[in-house]
Amino acid sequence: MWRQAKWDEPLVFELTKARRETFKVISEFSDEAKEFIKDILNALPKNLIRKEPPRIPDLSEIEVVRHFTRLSQMAYGIDVGPVPLGSCTMKYNPKISEALCRDSRITDIHPDQDEETVQGVLEIIYLMQKWLAEITGMDLCTLNVPAGAAGELAGALMIRKYHELKGEARDEMLIPDSAHGTNPASAAMAGFKVIKIKTDEKGNVDLEAIKAVLSDRTAGIMLTNPNTLGLFEENILEVAKVLHDNDSLLYYDGANLNGILGIARPGDMGFDIVHLNLHKTFAAPHGGGGPGAGAVCAKGKLVNLLPKPIVRKKGSKYILDYDIKYSIGLIRAYYGHVIPTIKSFIYIIMLGPKGLREVSEISTLNTNYFIKLIEGTKGITLPYDPARPRKHEVVISVERLAKETGVNAEDIAKALLDRGLYAPTIYFPLIVHEALMIEFTETETKEMIETYARVLKEIVIEAYRDPKKVKETPRNTSVRRIDNVRANLPKYVTPTYKFIERVKKD
Amino acid sequence: MPHYWIPNSPNEVKKEMLKVIGVSDVLELFKDIPKELILNRELRIGFGKSLSEYEALRITESILSKNRVFKNPPPFVGGTVCPHYVPAIVREIVSRAEFYTAYTPYQAEISQGLLQALFEYQSLMAELYGVDVVNASMYDGSTAAAEAVRMALRITRKRKILVPKLMDPQYLEVIKTWVYGLNVRIDFFNLDLKNGKVDVDSLMSKLSDKDVACVYIENPSYYGFLIKNVKEVSDIVHDYKSLMIVNADPISLGIFEAPGKYGADIVVGEGQPLGLGLNYGGPYLGILGTKIDMKFLRQLPGRLIGATKTIDGSETAFTMILQTREQHIRRERATSNITTNTALSAIAAAVYVSLLGSRGLRELSEVILYRTMYALRRLSSVEGVKAPLFGGIYFKKIPFKLVRGDLSELNRYLLEKGIHGGKDISKYVNEPKSCLICVTEVHTESDIDLFIEHLKGYLCKG
Repeated sequence: MWRQAKWDEPLVFELTKARRETFKVISEFSDEAKEFIKDILNALPKNLIRKEPPRIPDLSEIEVVRHFTRLSQMAYGIDVGPVPLGSCTMKYNPKISEALCRDSRITDIHPDQDEETVQGVLEIIYLMQKWLAEITGMDLCTLNVPAGAAGELAGALMIRKYHELKGEARDEMLIPDSAHGTNPASAAMAGFKVIKIKTDEKGNVDLEAIKAVLSDRTAGIMLTNPNTLGLFEENILEVAKVLHDNDSLLYYDGANLNGILGIARPGDMGFDIVHLNLHKTFAAPHGGGGPGAGAVCAKGKLVNLLPKPIVRKKGSKYILDYDIKYSIGLIRAYYGHVIPTIKSFIYIIMLGPKGLREVSEISTLNTNYFIKLIEGTKGITLPYDPARPRKHEVVISVERLAKETGVNAEDIAKALLDRGLYAPTIYFPLIVHEALMIEFTETETKEMIETYARVLKEIVIEAYRDPKKVKETPRNTSVRRIDNVRANLPKYVTPTYKFIERVKKD
Repeated sequence: MPHYWIPNSPNEVKKEMLKVIGVSDVLELFKDIPKELILNRELRIGFGKSLSEYEALRITESILSKNRVFKNPPPFVGGTVCPHYVPAIVREIVSRAEFYTAYTPYQAEISQGLLQALFEYQSLMAELYGVDVVNASMYDGSTAAAEAVRMALRITRKRKILVPKLMDPQYLEVIKTWVYGLNVRIDFFNLDLKNGKVDVDSLMSKLSDKDVACVYIENPSYYGFLIKNVKEVSDIVHDYKSLMIVNADPISLGIFEAPGKYGADIVVGEGQPLGLGLNYGGPYLGILGTKIDMKFLRQLPGRLIGATKTIDGSETAFTMILQTREQHIRRERATSNITTNTALSAIAAAVYVSLLGSRGLRELSEVILYRTMYALRRLSSVEGVKAPLFGGIYFKKIPFKLVRGDLSELNRYLLEKGIHGGKDISKYVNEPKSCLICVTEVHTESDIDLFIEHLKGYLCKG
């Protein structure tokens, strides 16, 4: 039976009451220097000087190492087991990328160094700009956005500026009800009013609903394709035509690219702006929540609106170009997340053209294989045209199970954890009740998919037999089910150690 | 094409799976894609074929060899970031695959270690900055500053942002981009550059229309000098019912007052000095903190980890809290669109700060202050150089100006000697031949002496 490590590990503040000798960055520091410092500090205005030292413990090296190593043992990543979170594309992160990115020629390069001294890293960024443009069917990509959502903000601002440059104030963004939460959030950040578009019974964005709301206020539409149901938007060419005839732009959320990589390209579908998540499709690690890396790509005239800077090749030299005619500006200081970009570079060169296509073929194969394995399971349904093949992910519903047994999607998730399997994305997309959204990616084995399907079915059987038992999971994780209601009550909210007494309150 | 990263890619495995699905070819699973959209050629990417690990290593290494690493001495170029030492332990811990291959801890019960590490990060940073709460990270300091400004706009519902005329030029650009699309205005107040202060008259005149959501201050400033009258400034800002945002370098807070203690309502910072490396600009770590007041907390962007109990009440446990602020729940009414953040950098920072402790952090701040003073003393004695460019007390960065010679010529001369010189800031400070250098714990006295020696060498040559 699987059991997660459970260290009764105190908070770093409570490891010891002693004050140890702490890590020294520099030993060379004379008494003379100390005197000198005293004089400087005495000369400073009193209100500039720290009166109380921060309450940060003074620990020895081994205490720190042991503490964080123990904490790591109570975490769960791809290297431990499957993490089939839908729309998150949790695939294996190749170790060669990790090894190479510890190289001093990456980690010790200052971003303000003279261009002549950073030709290597600029070359990699340049090649990635080119390759990602080819992969998406766009004209130009930039990697200067730190994550997918930042890319969305860039894209939404580009759409805003595109219309403004024509002298039009278009303020509405169309977003399907199945969209990732970042889409409406990004559109709103760029000052747009979000117009929700419903999904039709086949699982596509509803073309008639789009036509019904289209007006001279429509700035554009944000879509992901395949969508969050794992379905390819069959009417995408018509959608593009209807939008373009209205001079509205199409934005592509690249979170789901893993399902069509090398098979179909957003640029060919009519998308004007695209963002990618290198930490999803291109195997850079998620880092427990980040850092990831993003890219934004554009077509035609829109390339002149991309965020700055772009790496260009001038003769045999690579340069950073800040002179982009209508650029929306800087999304982040410097050039984006260079380390994950290099990891994705290594991923792409090692897979090559054929390997990249294999990624989408096998991730799609895995999804449909899993669907077959759980087909007909009591209490589970496959909403929106079960006959259509899914791509990178599948969304199933346990609504019937919940009605019949009281065991809901969250309970299923916790029961999966209890068997050492990370849970799928739950309760998303919002249009599916009691949703479980599952994405194995191309890197899970056939056997692991079979195990996952078997365990899921066993949980369902258990739910019908003894629902209470399922609702009492997890038991084998580091802690048992957490009180999220209490965690969010204002009087109990404990975001830092300063308020730790609140946890003990009744 | 079978590949060892794709376990089900060999033909026999594929065939078994296809048989179960009931189709004969994988491409049948793509038949709903309009034919004209199917790419009927190979992608033109990579080096045309699949490379082995060794081949990929060789190619990448040969490209990287075109980068020049400045180690002896480390680069003196100042800017948004400076070189700092990364303790080996920090790299070791963030190389733990349980951390770096994990996703955002949506399933808390199986992610307690990750959540506790992030809770400790929030707590340690809150201590350092003197605030109640720090979130689980933003992308970097620049986007943290932009998000802080947006947060202040939401809290106050006012329409103007005040920033100093001299500030980090990239941060200004980023803030501008992030508020483009909102109907707001950015305005500038003067700094008293002779004395390292905010020009209070200028600030008050800009505050007088009472529509100012926030005043943004960098302390120490991008140009290295400390702002001496921050307390007075914060009192004024609050008199006008505006919020004060302070961007502070975490490595300065071992000796300098925490911004939360002199009235900052929102604090931001670039966490790069805390064990992250230079990384040619990223990833770094965006620090953003505020007070526990629900009026502020409800407008906080980004993830927040909280301590709570298990349902059975038996144990303390950690989980993500106040998620109704976030995009996956609140959608277009979310406080931000951020989801992927820089969690692993936050863990690195937590390890770094735990390793140094309050004692080590103080010593480090002192070393940097001392080195800065040392470099300043040496620089100001060089004939042909005006150093520092402005009055005040300096920490970590020093702006100086060449009275004769040429700045790019100097930097080329230094490069030949193996030294990376300062960043050209002439256009920002409106003074020709001005540059910004940085001095941290990695620049030894002999490194500084070497820099001065070659600077003199160049000036004498002319």
